[in-house]
Amino acid sequence: MTGSLNVIGYGLATLGPAIGLGMLIGKALESMARQPEAAGMVRTTMFIGIAVVEALALLGFVLAFAL
Amino acid sequence: MTHVLAAAEWGGEFDGVLDDINALFDFPKFIDLGVWFGQDIGINRTIIIAWLMTALVGVLFVIAFRKPKIVPGKLQAALEMVIDFNRQIALDIIGPKGLKFVPMLTTFFVAIFALNIAKITPIFMLPPTGRMAWPLMFAVIAWLIYVGVGIQNQGLGGYFAGIAFPPGVPKALYIILTPIEIVSSLILRPFTLAIRLFANMAAGHILVVITLVTPWIFLSSARGWPIGVFGVLLGPLVFAFELFIIALQAYIFTMLTAVYIDSSMEAH
Repeated sequence: MTGSLNVIGYGLATLGPAIGLGMLIGKALESMARQPEAAGMVRTTMFIGIAVVEALALLGFVLAFAL
Repeated sequence: MTHVLAAAEWGGEFDGVLDDINALFDFPKFIDLGVWFGQDIGINRTIIIAWLMTALVGVLFVIAFRKPKIVPGKLQAALEMVIDFNRQIALDIIGPKGLKFVPMLTTFFVAIFALNIAKITPIFMLPPTGRMAWPLMFAVIAWLIYVGVGIQNQGLGGYFAGIAFPPGVPKALYIILTPIEIVSSLILRPFTLAIRLFANMAAGHILVVITLVTPWIFLSSARGWPIGVFGVLLGPLVFAFELFIIALQAYIFTMLTAVYIDSSMEAH
């Protein structure tokens, strides 16, 4: 069997952000459904949160190639 | 001849396609300008695409706003929507004081969007933002602006003291908090801005290349042609997804710049 360990490393690196994104977007949807009038504010904050959480997964992606 | 093209000639040895991932981002120089300060500054495909997209955006904006009308035409209405979108970002995140940053935010948004869209533009098919230099320069400019705004609004000492020693924290915690805050505010912020844009564009470029190479390799193969048909059907979906990613990344970069400016507007 041949291959690169980096791919497995990247797979592991996606787990945390995946859980984080799921919780984040789920909660954001929940609050948008409860208070549709606050949807705009929730969406903006959600995107900021997504950007921060996603950075971890992207670091994993870049480092899989870099290292 | 890149490795991708070579893989196609081998006749469906799919292992070979991504043997050297750098081949997707490496292009021969058209014009050799020599090596300056240790950097090869030859003119290659990336920089030509960037020039063309810049010229395109410039021409579009000049045509749209050369003779602005009260009842806008189609092009003017479309570009006014772009500017209004950025104005809304500034108002939502920074507040009324953010209006003076609207030109800067619009420049970021339009520049990043234009450079990203080269990824799915026929003939170009390469995002200049998929090379680290472009996102890094954008991030450095954003860093200079939000640090500059912080120094302007809070004074040199006030801004850096505000970063290093956030108020309302027990004194003992500063041992842990100060290094974290300094690293996260001054180093990690521009770094993650650049990495986010770069990684999304690089990954997207690889995805597009794989999507386009799959039909090419497999349609001519005797047993593998169903995979080729699948690749053809998948193409439009991948392009639509990439269009979404392109717009989202331009939006996120602009919005995070606004958030960072907001955080340095006043002491927190």
